[in-house]
Amino acid sequence: MSAVGHSPPPFFKRGPAPLAQLTFFLCLSLLLLVADLRFHTLEWARIAVATVVWPAQRLAGMPAVAAGDASDFFSSLATLQAENGELRRRQLATANQLLRQDHLEQENMRLRALLDMKARQPAEGRIAEILYAARDPFSRRVVIDKGLQAGIATGQAVIDDVGVLGQVTRVFPLTAEVTLLTDKEQAIPVQVQRNGLRAVLNGAGAGMMELRFLAANADVRSGDILVTSGLDGIYLAGLPVAKVSHIDRDNSYAFAHIFCEPLAGVERWGQVLVLGSREAMPPPPEEPVEQKEKPGKGKRVKRTHKTP
Amino acid sequence: MIQPTHSSRRILLPARGWFVWASLFLAYFLNLIPFGRIPGVPDWVALVLTFWCIHQPLRIGMGSAFFLGVLMDIADGSIMGQHALAYVPLAFAAGGLSRRILWFPLLLQALHVLPMLFVAQLIMVVARLMGGAEFPGLLYFLSSFVAAALWHPLTYLLLLPQYRPVERDDNRPI
Repeated sequence: MSAVGHSPPPFFKRGPAPLAQLTFFLCLSLLLLVADLRFHTLEWARIAVATVVWPAQRLAGMPAVAAGDASDFFSSLATLQAENGELRRRQLATANQLLRQDHLEQENMRLRALLDMKARQPAEGRIAEILYAARDPFSRRVVIDKGLQAGIATGQAVIDDVGVLGQVTRVFPLTAEVTLLTDKEQAIPVQVQRNGLRAVLNGAGAGMMELRFLAANADVRSGDILVTSGLDGIYLAGLPVAKVSHIDRDNSYAFAHIFCEPLAGVERWGQVLVLGSREAMPPPPEEPVEQKEKPGKGKRVKRTHKTP
Repeated sequence: MIQPTHSSRRILLPARGWFVWASLFLAYFLNLIPFGRIPGVPDWVALVLTFWCIHQPLRIGMGSAFFLGVLMDIADGSIMGQHALAYVPLAFAAGGLSRRILWFPLLLQALHVLPMLFVAQLIMVVARLMGGAEFPGLLYFLSSFVAAALWHPLTYLLLLPQYRPVERDDNRPI
């Protein structure tokens, strides 16, 4: 019955019922979701597949790169037109140089500022460039052009010429993902530069950050500069992070709502510096706490045995 | 299906497997283009997947949807299983409704596709908000409306290799 050159559709052999398939695949994706969200066990699979997909990803990014590098595009156009006449080509080439001069000057200034910052830091750093913002609309991440091969590791701090940008959260062989400070799951220990008050700064989304769990009467004013306190062992102490933009002191809440704006160009593109990992801090003393608790627990158990 | 819509009088060539998968991977490639935070960029994979689930329900189904979803999760840098969780119900609805949808003209088909794509986006938002992510804003849902608006041109584009020249034959029943 192959009238048009293909076999007729099967009437009875159609595989499992749609509802059974739906249940099976939904369970499978929920399993993946939980495994990744709670236990973070799928990073190896992600790295393996991401490496395979990387050339396609790079190819897909080419329009963006081309759009960002419009001056290069025009220069190549000029070389194509070289056959039309030597004079015209030269004129275009000089025009291109003139146009790019401003851009190059700015880039040079930024690189100099980065080098200066690198000289001030004891840790070594690596200059990288932000390629693009990650597509995931639920988080604030950018992808930089250095990865495992350049010695980038997860947990390293990323700064630009003004302040802290974020932290490397995922490393691929040739690229790395940086979670920006404004991401909702990102926290950074800071202190107020004016009086040394320590706190934890959390991302609040929408390009803002929030200073959480400070009492309503805490000594924080709008305009205060927040710098890293270095207590976490990840960020070096004294890096500028954010500026307090406005404070909402409502007496019905125990804590003040303190909103801050990042100092670094968190939502901007350009060169960044990935700082080397800091050496691990000594573990906090836990032994005496455990020893105190153990006899306490034992006593309580004894009491419950006695009462009945 | 043999016809572009069930009410059409035009007969199509059978769809080629390699073309179906090539269009799906082209959609995946389009999704890899980093648009940043521009709202209204359609999810090409979801759209093309819905198209083939409706037109070739025996060939493209929930298994393919799951596979493409996992690929999207990796490319997106999102949580594993997020896109798979959204694409599988999408493929279920598209495959189940395919015999109904194909009776309608293209604009009404787009009205069927819109709620499917919207619910798929809603599933992703709910999954991520439960994971503690930030709400991306209402403009995030614009992309499913843009995708539904593209249904009409996309149908012509993807059925192009199956069309054959119109030949009049009065003795043939169809």
